[in-house]
Order: sequence, then structure tokens, then C-alpha cells
Amino acid sequence: MTVSIVVVSHSAKIADGATELAAQMAPGVVLLAAGGTDDGRIGTSLEKVLAALEQAGGDGTVVLTDLGSAVMTAESALEFLGDPEGVLLADAPLVEGLVAAAVAAQGGADAQAVKRAAEAAFGPARQPAPDSGQAADEGPGAGAPPDCTGDFELVNQAGMHARPAAKMAGGLSSLDAEVTINGVDGASMTGLMTLGAGKGSVLHVEAWGADAERAVSYVGALVQSGFGEP
Amino acid sequence: MGLDANWAVKWLTLCAQAMAEHRVELIELDRAIGDSDHGENMDRGFQAVLAKLGESTPETPGAALKMTAMTLMSKVGGAAGPLYGTAFLRAATAVGDAAEIDPSAWADALAAARDGIVARGKAEPGDKTMVDAWTPAVDAARAAADGGSAGLLGVLVAAAEAAEAGAVATDPLIARKGRASYLGERSAGHRDPGAVSSALILRAAVGAAA
Repeated sequence: MTVSIVVVSHSAKIADGATELAAQMAPGVVLLAAGGTDDGRIGTSLEKVLAALEQAGGDGTVVLTDLGSAVMTAESALEFLGDPEGVLLADAPLVEGLVAAAVAAQGGADAQAVKRAAEAAFGPARQPAPDSGQAADEGPGAGAPPDCTGDFELVNQAGMHARPAAKMAGGLSSLDAEVTINGVDGASMTGLMTLGAGKGSVLHVEAWGADAERAVSYVGALVQSGFGEP
Repeated sequence: MGLDANWAVKWLTLCAQAMAEHRVELIELDRAIGDSDHGENMDRGFQAVLAKLGESTPETPGAALKMTAMTLMSKVGGAAGPLYGTAFLRAATAVGDAAEIDPSAWADALAAARDGIVARGKAEPGDKTMVDAWTPAVDAARAAADGGSAGLLGVLVAAAEAAEAGAVATDPLIARKGRASYLGERSAGHRDPGAVSSALILRAAVGAAA
């Protein structure tokens, strides 16, 4: 089942616009907007958030928020519902995080992976928090050698632009692996885009974890097919 | 004697009255260090609570608190909505479905409310927020309840007076949470509107029992 995504914003226009943007890249994902107050003002509404969560089904839902009190309203909604399992709050920039999350959901990632994809949208400069649930004794931060590596040359004309980055990040975030590509988080769409890798550039892939080999071959297959582009 | 559903309805009605009466004062306080919507938001929120009370009468104080939580979270809009909503929700959970709240249970409910505000807003005492009204109120209510001689009204009065003093004591503080924190040192010399509205709520609790 595809993970649904709820957007909580102070502004109905922001929530609607952000979901519209994300829907373009993830047409198969249920994206629900909970923006503004019940009477159309700037603010957040518990009722709107509860309604969106209900519509999302409660099984495998990731919630993205904008400013401070949207976070509080989303947290309150979860408390009201008794902190349902499978509903996760992502601490991510709204627009970038939403697009990354939607793409990951489209790729079949579970709720945890969709949340990770959203949070990875903070970009390559942000290190994962030590308590993020990742094993501390492995992964790119710990200096352990990768379980699998690979080098692939970009063959498509446009190189690593938004669509390939979204596809790659989405696919990688659904795997049980920590992946870096030329040093940035492979599950971060915005991270991949900052590489500015054009045609002829080589992507150096390092992967840790159970799916390390699958992750490297996934990247290899995508790159060698030119992302299905000329 | 304890605090029953009738008291809760009267309390919430007096809260709505107080927010309407102090609407402009809260707006002025919030204009100085925030976004000037606190008075309007609190007034709107408690007017909505009043409307809910008109539709159906809660059978227990806990039911009244829970209805208030839901309504404030939905109607207030600003940060005060989830903060007060969580406070009332945690207090409702603390009192459960008891028909009456005794002094000690009231002190526990206030502590649960304060803990909810802290959990939701991540503010600490001294950050120039409503926590600076709630924390002394919780301590005063607990002390009065444990003392035993104050009686129910004494516990309510102790909490209200401590909250009022706590609100006044936010004047010199530099805000470290919320919109006012963007002002840094310029936030000193103003009273925190959330601490003032908290004191109004706890003062209304006295009026409802008097």
C-alpha cells in the first residue's frame, strides 16, 4: 500500500500549492492538504488535520508541516488519536521535503523511508541525528568501509537534473541501505541536485547496510539507461 | 465538596467572559512583542467553547475539559490553540470521568496541564511564556492541597494568585520561545500575553467556585 502524505500549513494556499507541486512528480500518491483555519484565516486547525489523517487511512501516513504552531497542531492531532502507529511526523522543509517524500512514496517506500526521504531534503550539509534510529556503528558517518561501491558515468544529455534525482532518491530511500553519491546522501533529492553532475560526470556510489548491493546496482542501472532519456 | 460539571461549565463561561473583557489588553500586549492576535484568538476560541456548551451540557468536569481542548485546538488558530488545547486535554485525562475533582486531584490536573504545555511548546521556566504563569500556579496549588487547611477554594485562589504573580514576573524577562524571541532583548519590559491569559483562566476557576 502506498504511503499517504498530509501537509499541515498556516496557509490553505501553501498547503494546496505544495501538494499540487508534489502531485506532479508523484501522481499515484494520496496527498492531502490541511492548510489554514476552519474559517479560512491564516493559522492551523485541528479539525482539518484530523479530517486529513482520517482520509489518509492512518496506516502508513507521513505528515509534513510548516512553521512552529503547525508542528504543535500536528502533534496535538496525533495525541488526540492516541498516537496511532504508522503515522509519522517528518521534521523537514515543507516544499523540498514534500517533493522528496512524495517521490519516495511513489517508489513504494514505507512510512519510515518516506519520512527519511523528507528529512534528507535538508541537504548534504545536515548530518543525521545520532538518535535517528540508524545503527551508529555503520554508515557513512562512522568511517566504516562501505559494504558495496560502484562508479557510473552519466550518459544522458541533461545529466543529474530534477527528475533523475527524484527517481534515484525515491528508489534509494525505499532500500535498507545508507548510500552516498559523491559524498552526498543518495536518498536526498536536493542533495543529488547540488552535485551539478552533467553528462560524462562519474558518480561514485558507496553503500552500507543489508541492501547495499541492491542500492549500487539500482544506481548503476538507472545511470546506464540514461534515466530513460536521450 | 469537589469541583463538579456545573463548576466546570461556570468556569468555562467565566473564561469566555474574561477573554472578551481582556481582548484589547491581550491584543496590546501581543502587539508589543508578538503578532497581536492573542486577544482575538483567545476570544474566538472561548466563544466557540461557549457555543459548544450551548449545544450540550457535559456530564463530568473531564468531559467539559476535553470538549474545551478540542474546540480551542480547532478554533484558536495561533500557537495558543495547540498549547491550551494540550493543557486542557492532559487535565481532562488526569481527572478522568470522576464526577467531582477534589483539591489534590485539581493540583494534579494543573500539573498535567503544565506538563502538556511544556511538552508541546518546549519552553522552560524563565523563557517568558505561559509556563511562567503555570509553574508557580502548579506549585502553589500542590502546596495548598497538601497543607489541607486551605480548602478547595483556597487551592483555587493559591493557583490564581501565583499565576498572576508569575505573569507580572515575566515583565523583565527576555523571551526565548515563540514569536517574541525574535525581538531578543527588546522583549524585556513587556508582559507575556500568554502568561496573562493563563492567569485569567485560573482566576476564572476561582469565580466559578465562589
